[in-house]
Amino acid sequence: MSTALVEIRNVTKHYVRGKQKVEVLHGISIDIPKGDFVALMGPSGSGKTTLLNLIGGLDQPSGGEIVVDGERIDRMSGGQLSDWRARHVGFVFQFYNLLPVLTAERNVELPLLLTKMGAAERLKRANIALEIVGLKDRARHKPKELSGGQEQRVAIARALVSDPTLLVCDEPTGDLDRKTADEILTLLQRLNSEYGKTIVMVTHDPKAAEYARRTLHLDKGTLLADSAAAA
Amino acid sequence: MGSLRFVWASLWRKKTRALLTILSLICAFLLFGLLQALAVFFTAGADFVGASRLIVQSRVSFTDSLPLRLLPEIESVPGVKAVSHDQWFGGVVGENTPVFTFATDPARLRVAYPEWVMGDAEWRAFEQTRTGAIVGRVVADQRGWKVGDKLPLRSNIFPQKDGSMTWEFDVVGIYDGLDASWQSQTQSVYVNHAYFSEASQFGGGLAGIFAVVLEDVNRADEVARAIDARFLNSPYETKTQSEKDFNKGFFAQIGDIGLIVSLILVAVFFTILTLTGNTMAQAVRERIPELAVLKTLGFSDTRVTVLVLGEALLLCLIGGFAGMALASVMIGGLAQAAPQFFGAVRADATVWLQAVAAMLVLALAVGLPPALRAGRLRIVDALAGR
Ligand SMILES: Nc1ncnc2c1ncn2[C@@H]1O[C@H](COP(=O)(O)OP(=O)(O)OP(=O)(O)O)[C@@H](O)[C@H]1O
Ligand SMILES: [Mg+2]
Repeated sequence: MSTALVEIRNVTKHYVRGKQKVEVLHGISIDIPKGDFVALMGPSGSGKTTLLNLIGGLDQPSGGEIVVDGERIDRMSGGQLSDWRARHVGFVFQFYNLLPVLTAERNVELPLLLTKMGAAERLKRANIALEIVGLKDRARHKPKELSGGQEQRVAIARALVSDPTLLVCDEPTGDLDRKTADEILTLLQRLNSEYGKTIVMVTHDPKAAEYARRTLHLDKGTLLADSAAAA
Repeated sequence: MGSLRFVWASLWRKKTRALLTILSLICAFLLFGLLQALAVFFTAGADFVGASRLIVQSRVSFTDSLPLRLLPEIESVPGVKAVSHDQWFGGVVGENTPVFTFATDPARLRVAYPEWVMGDAEWRAFEQTRTGAIVGRVVADQRGWKVGDKLPLRSNIFPQKDGSMTWEFDVVGIYDGLDASWQSQTQSVYVNHAYFSEASQFGGGLAGIFAVVLEDVNRADEVARAIDARFLNSPYETKTQSEKDFNKGFFAQIGDIGLIVSLILVAVFFTILTLTGNTMAQAVRERIPELAVLKTLGFSDTRVTVLVLGEALLLCLIGGFAGMALASVMIGGLAQAAPQFFGAVRADATVWLQAVAAMLVLALAVGLPPALRAGRLRIVDALAGR
């Protein structure tokens, strides 16, 4: 079936270190339908981040095909790929990666600087996104003035603001305590169920994976099983 | 606009560092503005336009006095209307305070310098009093000298026949300037050349320099060449130039101003290059993960390069313009304090253009390497801290 939003076909990835070729992903194939929420688990070094970066268009596979919403992203040039990311992907990282010099709303506004949108419209959208993640009252705060959970919410708002096709999260709760992690995961779940966002999330934490619709297990660069979780 | 805000915010991420860098840039451009204004002033070509007077000096140096006997010959050059002469007296008062003092012919001075304004009676007194001296309004006010005062003036060059270095003159007049600008230049004392010539142990036949009034200011260049031609191959070769150029030459004596200025500026800019370059390199290095994040958001390599370059540019423009503005203010102050020397020095369009060019070159030099590095950044490596 080619109705999946993300089609990964036989993707391989190797790195060359000196004369040594390190094969990190060995022929991965996955279909991710629109509206899915996939958790990607596996031991450290199994290639989770590598795979996620390929799906998000941050890096290119050594072999195989990746099609997102009908576009072959594995064939794109660097410039095409950054354009594509701006339109289609929102990223959330373990360490939030907000820009410390900008306020929350200016951080969220960043992706919109790449559009033709006017300043007022950009700010309006940034505040809507902050409202969705429940942080409208912190719009003028700098990241330093926010807690870890709040920073991650701002990061999620930034990932949402340009209404991307796909949300890609690398251990979004890896640096948070249980309670805050649950709040963030609940938020992601809501974005998936209420707003229909397709989410791929890497996590180490089986509890976190329970929030997803299904979990994929990666081991030494190979996909193990595809277990559907209760949604 | 949004990007400009971002560049602005990034610039100030480390406030102290940004401030220090901007301060040093301000200093650099302050020096640049001051020195470059002087250099432009001194290295401007010979300027006879609108010259009302020519100054004839010894070709060797203006400190070599020309003899008085050249006077009739200069007077006979076609186009010369009148000639006066000034012998530098080297006057000092009190402990060792110099007073610009010249021995001159009163009648000739009056004709050659209509800018000096004084009553008829005083001019006549100056002509008729052997030991007479006239004092510029500025000096008179400064020292509290009045008409009728005895003026004890030491010369650090000329002893009297009895060996005494102290001369005594009678103040017979205080002269004013024709307008505000000339008024501010009434800083000299003139003494009677006849008396000086007769009482001085040596230097009697010396005229110093000659000031030549022209029949037609448009022929200044031609007359200047004719005068110099007349004394070519004589024991007293001359150098004739406009009064303005002569005043510049007075300072150019100090050395090759252009070269000195260039050397200082090279040193300054080398320092500032290292300093600002270091600031920029550091600013980018500590921000690599942030720059990578921008790229994940879809900022292209070129855009990231431009952002970093924009930051360097903003830094250099802020420091540069602030420094140049300060230089302009200081030059204005100098011009007011000492108009006879600095009146014509200004940070004009040429200097500003040079400054802006320097800012741009500096921004490129310090901004391009880190900007290119930021542009080339590979996202996955930067995010993983590799
Ligand atoms: N740019 C690279 N150059 C060389 N080796 C790399 C590079 N990127 C990843 N690797 C290697 O690929 C393997 C998989 O890395 P990856 O970051 O995908 O693991 P991960 O599953 O995300 O691990 P973790 O749970 O620790 O984040 C590791 O052995 C890593 O050293
Ligand atoms: Mg990882």
